[in-house]
Amino acid sequence: MLGHRVTENYDVVIVGGGIVGAACAAELSGARLRILVIDAGRVGCGTTGASMGHIVVMDDSEALLNLTAFSRELWLRLAKDSASACEYLPCGTLWVAADAEEMDVVYQKAKNYEEHDIAVEVLDHKSLYQYEPNLAQGLAGGLRVVGDCVIYPPNCAALLLQGIEVRENCNVCQISDNLVSLENGSEIRAEFIVNAAGAAAPKLTAELPVEPRKGHLVITARYPGFCQHQIVELGYLKSVQKMEKESVAFNIQPRPSGQYLIGSSREFAGWDDSINRNLVNRMLTRACDYMPALKEMFAIRTWFGYRPAPMLSCPPPRLASGDAGAGESKNGGDKLPIIGNWPKVKGLYIAAGHEGLGITTSLGTARLLAAEILGQPPPIDPAPYRPSRLFRENK
Amino acid sequence: MMKKITVKVNDKSVVVPEGVTVAAAVYMAGETAFRKSVSGQLRSPVCGMGICYECRVQIDNQPHQLACRQLCREGMEIRTL
Ligand SMILES: Cc1cc2nc3c(=O)[nH]c(=O)nc-3n(C[C@H](O)[C@H](O)[C@H](O)COP(=O)(O)OP(=O)(O)OC[C@H]3O[C@@H](n4cnc5c(N)ncnc54)[C@H](O)[C@@H]3O)c2cc1C
Ligand code: FES
Repeated sequence: MLGHRVTENYDVVIVGGGIVGAACAAELSGARLRILVIDAGRVGCGTTGASMGHIVVMDDSEALLNLTAFSRELWLRLAKDSASACEYLPCGTLWVAADAEEMDVVYQKAKNYEEHDIAVEVLDHKSLYQYEPNLAQGLAGGLRVVGDCVIYPPNCAALLLQGIEVRENCNVCQISDNLVSLENGSEIRAEFIVNAAGAAAPKLTAELPVEPRKGHLVITARYPGFCQHQIVELGYLKSVQKMEKESVAFNIQPRPSGQYLIGSSREFAGWDDSINRNLVNRMLTRACDYMPALKEMFAIRTWFGYRPAPMLSCPPPRLASGDAGAGESKNGGDKLPIIGNWPKVKGLYIAAGHEGLGITTSLGTARLLAAEILGQPPPIDPAPYRPSRLFRENK
Repeated sequence: MMKKITVKVNDKSVVVPEGVTVAAAVYMAGETAFRKSVSGQLRSPVCGMGICYECRVQIDNQPHQLACRQLCREGMEIRTL
C-alpha cells in the first residue's frame, strides 16, 4: 500500500525542466520566492535536448516577431556573460532563395525586418556564394539576418537552473487547484504552478491544445569551415506552416566543434519513438540538393524530438511579411505559444506550445510569465499569447 | 616474396607489405594516435572492424576515413589527428 502522504509547500512549482521551465525558474528566482522545478527525467532531457539551438527572429506574424526579437535580445545578453557555457556562436542566419519567386519573399522579409530594427543584408547571387561557397550552383540569392545566433540548449537549461532547487526523475501525475500530485503519492501545495511540460503539457492540463510534432536531426563528423551561417531554405517557412502529415526543409547549423547539424523534418506521428528512415532520407536528399558536398560527409548520429505544437482552431494570422506560405495553415491557428494564467485551475500558469521555436522564445516567455505572476508591467504586449484566447476562439 | 608498396603517413614514407590496412601502416610508421576527440583526447582503433569509428584518419585529402577498413594503395597519403 502507499505510505502516508507527504505534503510540502512551495511558493512556485514549475513542472518541466526543459528550456522553458528553466527560463521561468531563472526569471522568478530574483523575487525571493521558494521555487521548485520538477522533471520526470533529467533537466533538458525532453525536446530541449533534441533540438538545434538556433536563436532566430521570425516574422510570420507581428506577435511572433515581437516575441522572437525580444527573446533574441535576452539571449544575446545571456550569451555575452556566459558565452562558453552557452556554446554561443554568433553565426547569423542565411535564408536561401532558390529562384526569383523566393527572392521576392526576401525583399518583403527584408523590409519587414528593417521596419522592426532587425539588421539584415539582402544577398544577390554573387554575394550569396561569397558567404557560402559550398551552396549548390544556381540559387538566386538570400537574406542574411546578422544578429541571429546559435547556442547549446541543454547547457543553457542547466545554466539557467543554477542555484535553483530541482527534483529530477520525479513524475507529476496531476495538477489541480494550488496542488501538484506526484506519482509517488506525495503532494506539493503552491501558490503558483507553472505547466512547462513541453509536448506532454496536455497530459496535465486537459484542453490544452498542444500536440507532438516530431522532428529529426542528423549530426556529421567534424569538417571545420564547411559553412559559416545557420543556413535555411526559404521553403522552410512553407514546411512549418503547412499542416501536412510529413514535410522536410533544408536547414544546416555549424557547431563550434566543426560538426554540422542537419534538419529538418516535421511530422504528426503522435509519440512514435522510432526513426522514420524514409523521412530522414528525404531530409538528407533535400540537404544535398542545397549543399552537394554533404554527400561525401559522414553522418555520425540521427535522433528526433517532439516539438510542442499549438493546435489552435482559430483562423491563421495575417502575415506581416506578405505571403510566405500563408493560407496553407488549415488547422494551425495563430501558431503562437500559450503563455499565462489558466483560468480553469487555481494558481495555474501555462508556458507551453512553443513548437519549433521554444529555445528562442523561452527567455521572452519567462519574462512575460514572471511579469504576470509578480504583477509587474509586461515587457511586450502579452495578449497574443494568453491562454484566454483559446476559450474566446473556441466558442 | 610478398610485394611491397610505399605509402606516406604524415609526410613520412613507409614501405608496407601489400594487403595491409591503413591502420597497420599508421602503426608501422610509429604513430599511435589516429585522431583527436572533440575534447582533445587522443584516440586509436578499438574494434578493428568498422564499428567504433575511433580509427578515422585523412586519406588522400578525404577526412574521416576508417583506417581499419581500407587497404593501403601505392602512393596513398595518410594523415592522422
Ligand atoms: C529537431 C528539433 C529542432 C529544433 N530546433 C530548434 C531551434 O533551432 N531553435 C528553437 O528555438 N527551437 C527549436 N526547436 C524547438 C524547441 O526544442 C522546443 O520548442 C523547446 O525545447 C520546448 O521546450 P520545453 O521546455 O517547452 O519542452 P521540453 O524540453 O520537452 O521540456 C519539458 C520537460 O517536462 C518534463 N515533463 C513532461 N511531463 C512531465 C510530468 N508529468 N512530470 C514531470 N516532468 C514532466 C519533461 O521530462 C521535459 O524535460 C527544435 C525542436 C526539435 C524537435
Ligand atoms: S577501429 Fe573501429 S571502426 Fe576502425
